[in-house]
Amino acid sequence: MPVFVFIPLAPVLGALVLFLFGRRLPRRTISALACSTIAAAFVFSVAAFINLLSTAASGQNILTYKLFTWISAGAFRADAAFRFDPLAAVMVLVVTGVGLLIHVYSVGYMSRERDYGRYFACLNLFTFAMLLLVLADNLVFMFVGWEGVGLCSYLLIGYWFEKPSAADAGKKAFLVNRIGDAGFLLGILFLWTAAGTTSFFSLEIAVAGSVIAPSLATLSAVLLFIGAAGKSAQIPLYIWLPDAMEGPTPVSALIHAATMVTAGVYMVARLNPLYSFSPAAGQIVAFVGALTAVYAGTIALVQNDIKRVLAYSTISQLGYMFLGCGVGAYAAGVFHLFTHAFFKSLLFLAAGSVIHALSGEQDLRRMGGLKKYLPRTYPVFLVGALVIAGVPFLSGFFSKDAILVSAFARGQWFVGILGLAGAVLTAFYMFRLIFLAFFGNERFPAEVKSHIHESPAVMTRPLAVLAFLSIVAGFTGLPAVLGKRANLFSRFLEPVVRPAAEGNLSLGAEWTLILASAACAAVGIWLAYLFYVRNTALPGRWAARLPRIYRLLGRGYYVDEIYGAIVVNPLVRGADAVYRRFDLGIIDAAVDGTGRAAGYFGKAAGLVQTGWIKDYALAVLFGLVIFLGVLLF
Amino acid sequence: MTTVAVVGLSIVLFVLGTIAFIVKRDLLTQFMAVEIMLNAANLAFLGLARGSGRLDAQVIVFFVMTVAAAEAAVGLAIVLHIYRRKKSIKTEDLDRLRG
Repeated sequence: MPVFVFIPLAPVLGALVLFLFGRRLPRRTISALACSTIAAAFVFSVAAFINLLSTAASGQNILTYKLFTWISAGAFRADAAFRFDPLAAVMVLVVTGVGLLIHVYSVGYMSRERDYGRYFACLNLFTFAMLLLVLADNLVFMFVGWEGVGLCSYLLIGYWFEKPSAADAGKKAFLVNRIGDAGFLLGILFLWTAAGTTSFFSLEIAVAGSVIAPSLATLSAVLLFIGAAGKSAQIPLYIWLPDAMEGPTPVSALIHAATMVTAGVYMVARLNPLYSFSPAAGQIVAFVGALTAVYAGTIALVQNDIKRVLAYSTISQLGYMFLGCGVGAYAAGVFHLFTHAFFKSLLFLAAGSVIHALSGEQDLRRMGGLKKYLPRTYPVFLVGALVIAGVPFLSGFFSKDAILVSAFARGQWFVGILGLAGAVLTAFYMFRLIFLAFFGNERFPAEVKSHIHESPAVMTRPLAVLAFLSIVAGFTGLPAVLGKRANLFSRFLEPVVRPAAEGNLSLGAEWTLILASAACAAVGIWLAYLFYVRNTALPGRWAARLPRIYRLLGRGYYVDEIYGAIVVNPLVRGADAVYRRFDLGIIDAAVDGTGRAAGYFGKAAGLVQTGWIKDYALAVLFGLVIFLGVLLF
Repeated sequence: MTTVAVVGLSIVLFVLGTIAFIVKRDLLTQFMAVEIMLNAANLAFLGLARGSGRLDAQVIVFFVMTVAAAEAAVGLAIVLHIYRRKKSIKTEDLDRLRG
């Protein structure tokens, strides 16, 4: 068996042991087990990656391995099969690498929790499901991992299920994802009707040979994108992600920033032949991504919860990835996924460290001046903010720029400009967060102040590693202006993600764009400095001058309320009416009626039983007479 | 001729016993009515046995008498017990089996 088949093995064994015996094992054993299974998966991933590099040299860069035939019904076939290629290799390394760091961090962050075993069991199970999703060789098998990560996301958002808001958030995530998953499933079915296969390899051949009707291809691509929008929190299905912040912070970092939410992007990149074949579907992906990037960015501007800022930021960055994939720059989209996994999990974990230090405080309005109290968290947080803001030579700069350059190069001016606007917003809200949390007056109560402490090394060391990776990851994908061969990342992905037709952006235009996006970052940071350091009265004055807009953004454009009014309430009221009319009125009435009818019948039959001997004797006599009558005549 | 007379008498006795059982309202009299019915049946057996000259029916009569004796013993014990509980053997007082 090739080595990549073993990657998901260790996490699933860990999950199994922890689910069965997690309550009885001591904490040290649980931590050691959970971390070592992910470490094993990471080691296998690295080994598989090295192996892939060596086989790629001999021209074989897509490895598959079939475990068994899973479904075989008529013409429909789905195998439980793995596929390891450069795209899967990148994802597997991110999932196990970032996953390992977050597991280690969790040992410190969750050390006081009662239900320690359940947490790590779910986390291990999640890693397994995510690896399944990434390594699957066909859409049906991918769907297993797709649903598995959804389940783990639900379990972990609702980890503190005694808290109603956490339980509700988990339910919301699950239900909203259900809508997307319905689209995904329909997409698979349509694709199967059109192409007669669900395996990625055969699909690529079918598309290349134009076997698929273009209309069906577009339809299934759009349906699959609905699934991606659900999982990756895009308009209109993004509403679950901000609420998902109810879960423990390392979960937000792993599932709701670095890995699971990028599954949609991965799927679109995986099906890049299909999306390139159907320009309309690609255009929809690009528009939705660009709109989401700006839209979520504007909401992030005024959020006061540190984790909610990061959640909207994640939605916005996912929008960038879809923007890249939509305009055909799949490698750029995946590159942003890759760098985002590092800097966003860094930001989340650093935010977790801040929350930890402040005894659970998440409100930016009650922070401030933390720079001197958190000497190890502050620098890594700053690094994360600089990277996501797109400061030159850091990874976020290179990956975001790659997407924007591709957008302009393919003549997608509208989405490109939206992307640039989003870059200003990103820099602004991120530095607003930095200035509010680490600079200015100390706005927390004295009691919290007496407890402030820097996080233990088990938490700060993973942060340092992530900070390092966030800085250097960008150098794997240098822009084309530095030479055609400079982008190692997209060259590595080439066997899977065919480079789309070259854009016609001149060298000068590309340089201009790079300077423009650097300028966007500078403008955003400068504005944040102006608002939150130089003149701290400004935000209040602006909020007072534009109260409507301020409230609109603060409540996230009232989308939750709108969905409540047009979807949730009618459904609840409809269900209530059905419950009253049909369940109570017909089903329950029928069941009760059967019982009551038996009672009435018994009462009526009981009238015969008078208890008087005479009557019984008469009955016997009549019986005898009738009997004799029958016998004689 | 005698066979017909004996069977006719047994029918008359049986009908009288039945009427008495239905009309009378205390257990002891009803009990006696039952005895009359049993003996009417015995009489019929005997009359027919005599007419046909076979012995089987006479054997059955002995069985019937034995059963009647046992029935009288059990029946009277029940009546006595009812009287102890209810201080009455009127059938209209005995309606605990009413549905």
